[in-house]
Amino acid sequence: MGTQEIVTKCQTIYEDLNFTYAREWKAAKAGRKVIGFMPVYVPMELIHAANALPLGIMGGGDQMEVIHGDAYYQSYICRIPRSTIELGVTGRLDFVDMMLFPFVCDVIRNLSGIWKMMFPNVVSRFFDTPQNFEEKIGGTYYIHELQELKEAIEETTGTKITDEALRNSIKLYNENRKLIWGLYDARAKEPWKFPTWELYVIMRAGIMMPVEEHNQLLKDYAAAAHQEDRPKRDNSRIALNGSFCEQPPLNLIKSIEMAGCYIVEDDYVLVNRFLTEDVPVDGDPLANLALTYIKHSVETACKYVPKEEDKGKFLVNRIKQCAAEGVIFAAPSFCDPALLDRPMLSHRVTENSIPSISFKYAENSGQMQPIREQAGTFADSIKLWN
Amino acid sequence: MSADKNVIKEESMIIQKAMISRNYDAITSKLETGQKMASTFVPGNLNELVRCFGMLNNLPEINAIQAGMRKLTGGYIMEAEKGGHSEDVCTYVKADIGQLGKGNIAPNGKPYPDPDVLLLSYTGCYTFMKWFELLREQYKCPTVMIHVPYQGDGHWTMNMRDYIVKQLKEEVIPTFERISGVKFDIDRLREMMALSAKAEDDLVWVIETAKHKPSPIDAYFGAVYYVGPIFSAFRGTQEAVDYYKVLKKEIQYRIDNKMGPITPEGEMKEQKYRIVVEGPPNWTNFREFWKMFYDEGAVVVASSYSKVGGTYDMGFRHDPANPLESLAEYCLGCYTNRNLPTRVEILEKYINDYEADGLLTNSIKSCNSFSAGQLMMMREVEKRTGKPGAFIETDLVDPRYFSAANVKNRLESYFQMIEQKRRGVKSAA
Ligand code: SF4
Ligand code: SF4
Repeated sequence: MGTQEIVTKCQTIYEDLNFTYAREWKAAKAGRKVIGFMPVYVPMELIHAANALPLGIMGGGDQMEVIHGDAYYQSYICRIPRSTIELGVTGRLDFVDMMLFPFVCDVIRNLSGIWKMMFPNVVSRFFDTPQNFEEKIGGTYYIHELQELKEAIEETTGTKITDEALRNSIKLYNENRKLIWGLYDARAKEPWKFPTWELYVIMRAGIMMPVEEHNQLLKDYAAAAHQEDRPKRDNSRIALNGSFCEQPPLNLIKSIEMAGCYIVEDDYVLVNRFLTEDVPVDGDPLANLALTYIKHSVETACKYVPKEEDKGKFLVNRIKQCAAEGVIFAAPSFCDPALLDRPMLSHRVTENSIPSISFKYAENSGQMQPIREQAGTFADSIKLWN
Repeated sequence: MSADKNVIKEESMIIQKAMISRNYDAITSKLETGQKMASTFVPGNLNELVRCFGMLNNLPEINAIQAGMRKLTGGYIMEAEKGGHSEDVCTYVKADIGQLGKGNIAPNGKPYPDPDVLLLSYTGCYTFMKWFELLREQYKCPTVMIHVPYQGDGHWTMNMRDYIVKQLKEEVIPTFERISGVKFDIDRLREMMALSAKAEDDLVWVIETAKHKPSPIDAYFGAVYYVGPIFSAFRGTQEAVDYYKVLKKEIQYRIDNKMGPITPEGEMKEQKYRIVVEGPPNWTNFREFWKMFYDEGAVVVASSYSKVGGTYDMGFRHDPANPLESLAEYCLGCYTNRNLPTRVEILEKYINDYEADGLLTNSIKSCNSFSAGQLMMMREVEKRTGKPGAFIETDLVDPRYFSAANVKNRLESYFQMIEQKRRGVKSAA
């Protein structure tokens, strides 16, 4: 398959608000279950090990008209919960057997309760990851939480999760993360060959299909993109930060790229690379998952940073690794995590003499002209000063 | 008789005012006295533990409320926004940060000294985490976090409690020992927790007096004063115990004499509507807001806001026999750490137990912890109780989001709606 074919396939999957791909997967074999999850992080390995499909639900995007959802949320709350409710009330998620609402912010946290009340037949769980990163404290707590989640998944799916099955899933997701980080590295090296909008649709489709299939697709795309002859432009290299939950419309990513920016780092679809190192395969799989989260996971606004000197370090390091020349802080409107974090991150990048700009968006933002202008001016100013 | 009444009425308020000023004086003179100071939050406030190490407890939320009531927060918020803080985020945070930028002056006119430690008690609100990361950046002082898991399934588990106790034992207590130079004394903690429980018994008695008709208290506007000592720096002290004794006497007097609550304009005479309120109040226009209720004869008989610093009316008491476990359970049980179905049950129970006419939601722009989901909660409570609900939108300390005319209109139509509903019920009967 060429890049075009792969990207078209992925775009079709991710834009399909009826989740046909996941529905077909479920219908293909009796007894199959689908477990939906919201941003930012859940251990997909546990779901996979129960032979269920982890399905990333990241709102309704810009193609969905929100009719009912607005009746549930005041105007000063971001858009993702209302469009997710819309997906629910319009029956688009009626094939989802369980929903997980991870620790992100109070909006997603409260949505877990709304889901319990609105869809009493769906198993809904708030999934609390520890904010204490001491192995004996947060680690021990998290192992128990994972054990509880495991039992809940077993009950929903009717499948016992054996250590062997979990180890196998861990291997597959280790491979998935390796392939994804590989693609991110390749993009940082030759961004003209790996446009971010293409990577983005591949990542979005990846959390809507079995991991085995995504792994193959990532390999195929990497091979095809390496071979393709795409012209190198005189673009500025930027890192994008703040878009870890409500996702921007695809047009926004394209607009930034068209404005003369190569996006060489981003925090879209963070679930697929939340863990920055392999989860050990040998030993107790739950403890391995827990401790990898504790010791080796990304820094993001919805995780506490215990030491002041470490705040923003992850972003600054990634900027350096990816040779980014500037940062675009792009946060959803009314997004507490991203917007409260922004001043601190912005101080860190400024201290490191990295220029930055910021703007807000919503998943259904339609007007791209101002963003194109802002990103274009930023790209030009980087070129001028470097 | 009426002169007597005034004296009795005012006594608890005078006592509380003096307690607050003494605390502010202790805080602002800490550099001279050498006393150490912790800053922390109202929900998950570990006041007994802080005091156990001889430290002062400073609560930025309370400081923001104080500044809000003195109409200073508008300027502070603008200051923070000028400094790069988004217009979309919690205004308590911006009021605090803006205040820092403007000299950080306490209500007694003296500057707040820097805290010696930030106790990030993460209970029921995501913003707390960012707020103290932001303050840590400013103060560069030791910061200790205590992560309180959310009751996603409507109850807490032993794993959650053990996790909190471990954080207390292995992180909070050693940090406090290091900062204060005082060794942890569990018996001292027990003594204070025994005092906490006494005051909590009295607070519950106070808030439950709203079941009387007429209600002798306002359980929202009045209750923000009644919960003051327990929610802030006085839980676990004899001062708090004494305060509630006086308060109880005053309220008993009002019950005996079938009197209503005391508003800023005197006793509320006529009680036409009994309301349950969900959500925090607005502070910048607090009196104006309250007036819109008592002018219409509306008394608040129960509120969720008076449970943010502890849900004592649901049975919780600090337990001197198990001090650390009890502190953990306290944190787990705060109102905003409970899931939405539980919050709906609580509000439904209030409507029934307090024989209220309906639920009013004051939805706060700043506060996702309270506000995200309130429309659904209101509809659910309406459905379950058959009592009408109403929804108004304001903010805590940002005067730009208090539109007096809109709020007043909304309230007036709501009270009319209750009236119509009553007439409907009567004529149907
Ligand atoms: S976009 Fe931001 S505020 Fe909204 S749900 Fe996601 S993390 Fe929370
Ligand atoms: S978001 Fe709400 S609970 Fe949290 S600090 Fe702000 S007002 Fe308080």
